[in-house]
Amino acid sequence: MSVDLVNQIITGLLTGLVYSLLALGLSVIFGVVRVVNFAHGEMTALAMYGAWALSTYLDLDPLVGMPVVVVVMFAAGYLLQRGLVDSFVGKPEHMQFILMVSLAIIMVNSSLLGFGPDAHGIQVSYGFDTYEVGPLLIDKVRLLAAGASLAISLMLMAFFRLTLMGKAIRACADNLVGAKVIGLDVKRLYAVTFGIGTACVGAAGALLSMLIDVMPPTGPELTLLAFIIVIVGGLGSMTGALLGGMLIGVSEVLAGYFLMPSMKSMFSFAILILVLVLRPQGLLGAKR
Amino acid sequence: MKQRLALLALVAAFALAPLAAGPYLLSVLMLVLTMAYLGQAWNIMMGFAGQLSLGHSLYGGLGAYVAAALFVQFGIPGALGLVAAIAVAVAAGAVIGALGFRFGVKGVYFALLTIAFAEFTRVLFEHIPGLGGPGGLFLPVASRAGVDLLYLRGHPLMFYYLILAMTVGIFLLCRRLLESRLGFYWLAVREDQEAAAALGINVFRAKMWAVMLSAGLTAAGGVFFAFYYNTLFPTQAFGMDRSISIILAPIVGGLGTLFGPILGALILTPLGETITWGTEALGFNAAGLKQLFYGLALLGIVKFLPDGVWPWLRRRLGWDGDEDGSA
Repeated sequence: MSVDLVNQIITGLLTGLVYSLLALGLSVIFGVVRVVNFAHGEMTALAMYGAWALSTYLDLDPLVGMPVVVVVMFAAGYLLQRGLVDSFVGKPEHMQFILMVSLAIIMVNSSLLGFGPDAHGIQVSYGFDTYEVGPLLIDKVRLLAAGASLAISLMLMAFFRLTLMGKAIRACADNLVGAKVIGLDVKRLYAVTFGIGTACVGAAGALLSMLIDVMPPTGPELTLLAFIIVIVGGLGSMTGALLGGMLIGVSEVLAGYFLMPSMKSMFSFAILILVLVLRPQGLLGAKR
Repeated sequence: MKQRLALLALVAAFALAPLAAGPYLLSVLMLVLTMAYLGQAWNIMMGFAGQLSLGHSLYGGLGAYVAAALFVQFGIPGALGLVAAIAVAVAAGAVIGALGFRFGVKGVYFALLTIAFAEFTRVLFEHIPGLGGPGGLFLPVASRAGVDLLYLRGHPLMFYYLILAMTVGIFLLCRRLLESRLGFYWLAVREDQEAAAALGINVFRAKMWAVMLSAGLTAAGGVFFAFYYNTLFPTQAFGMDRSISIILAPIVGGLGTLFGPILGALILTPLGETITWGTEALGFNAAGLKQLFYGLALLGIVKFLPDGVWPWLRRRLGWDGDEDGSA
């Protein structure tokens, strides 16, 4: 294997970790609230615009601006669940789908109206710094984004394993009736979960804004990307989302390396079709 | 009876409209009819058989590209290309249906499968040589006069009456289908798949008929699109936006009803055009405002009238129980 190829794979793995965080948000929302968030990528695009605005107008580095974006996105997700999505819990799947699609259309076109069709990107001062590890070259920005994503993902997993609220949320997911019987405030926990999901979106969006430009079509692309990852990894499985993100990140760079960068999404969709048909529960998902 | 009269009046109004309408109004009416036609084709799959397809642009795009490529590359007439287009789209529908239904890919997962195939094909068509790639495929226009139904070339009025005939045709076809054995199978599958299977219905076959019929009819709409607009781009023909615009009219009008797609198209298109016209008249360019409105309309419908406008309107008019076969 050439050094260039190894470099590419490392790039894919690092980008994939940010994708993982994005997909984790989707997986958490579906795993608990049982609503498929088809506006996931559009929310991410809004978070990217937020990080861009903070960086452009307040001169905040996306890593510094990230907590602000995360808090805003958590609040937005909490309120969205309480005000709108909650009345759709338990409704037929296609109605939830149409609800989220309508939100997605609203978000894409609001961002088109607000920010225009042009690409918005953030250029940080250390944007061209690289670390040399032997013959390998690793981008500093990408390494920082991947490190932050991994840290947040692990914190999230710890939250669900160790804290009382995390356990309560998992109880809702495992046995809804049981959770109600022992007196858990399910509506509030659902709203918190949705907020956690959108907070992941906020973090991933702020980090992604350092790696890729955002424009209105970015939203739908990221929605599909997040879905591919989550389904490949296993819907509802957190480690599955981590694995799926890295897998898709690597497959993207390999498609670009061996064929054409413009064909990378074709590869991801081919992987999705294969997984849906051969192993619909995903690589690490439990049997449905 | 009232519904039949209302329908006849509607068709008559559309048929006589060119006498009074200018070219702009006529183009809006064509948009209405196209939206109603494609919506009805999608309605077969989702509204009747309960299979959510969010990648219907695949069939329309395949139909458009097959007929257009045959015409541009080999000079094959559009009417013959239509046959090939329908065949290709039905085959694609059969593959997706067989994969999805055989392997138990259900609900949202099935919807994602349909999106995946549409997106896969979009990128594929951007890389097929000879089809123009992302730059687009253009059909030569010799003259806009006359009527040539074999080559699908001619006056805009020819296209107007063509899409009107297609819309009426698909309405009558769906009506027949709903009264047929297959139609009842579909409704049974939609309501409860396990119960339908327990009654001895071949669920797989019923669903395959739905996806193949829907795909073929959508492809015919795609051929119409290609020969009327004469330009094709993979991002548009296979895009998510196209898929969503196909599903809007039946959902707003009333999923699974015969009148729903027509009513939805009659509501959405003029309002959307008014918004575009209004913002242009006010002198500012607000790309996305029309779609934003469509998003809000969809949200309003799914929140407040989840069954769509038609079932609600029918109750208000007291036309409930009137025979038209619409569920």
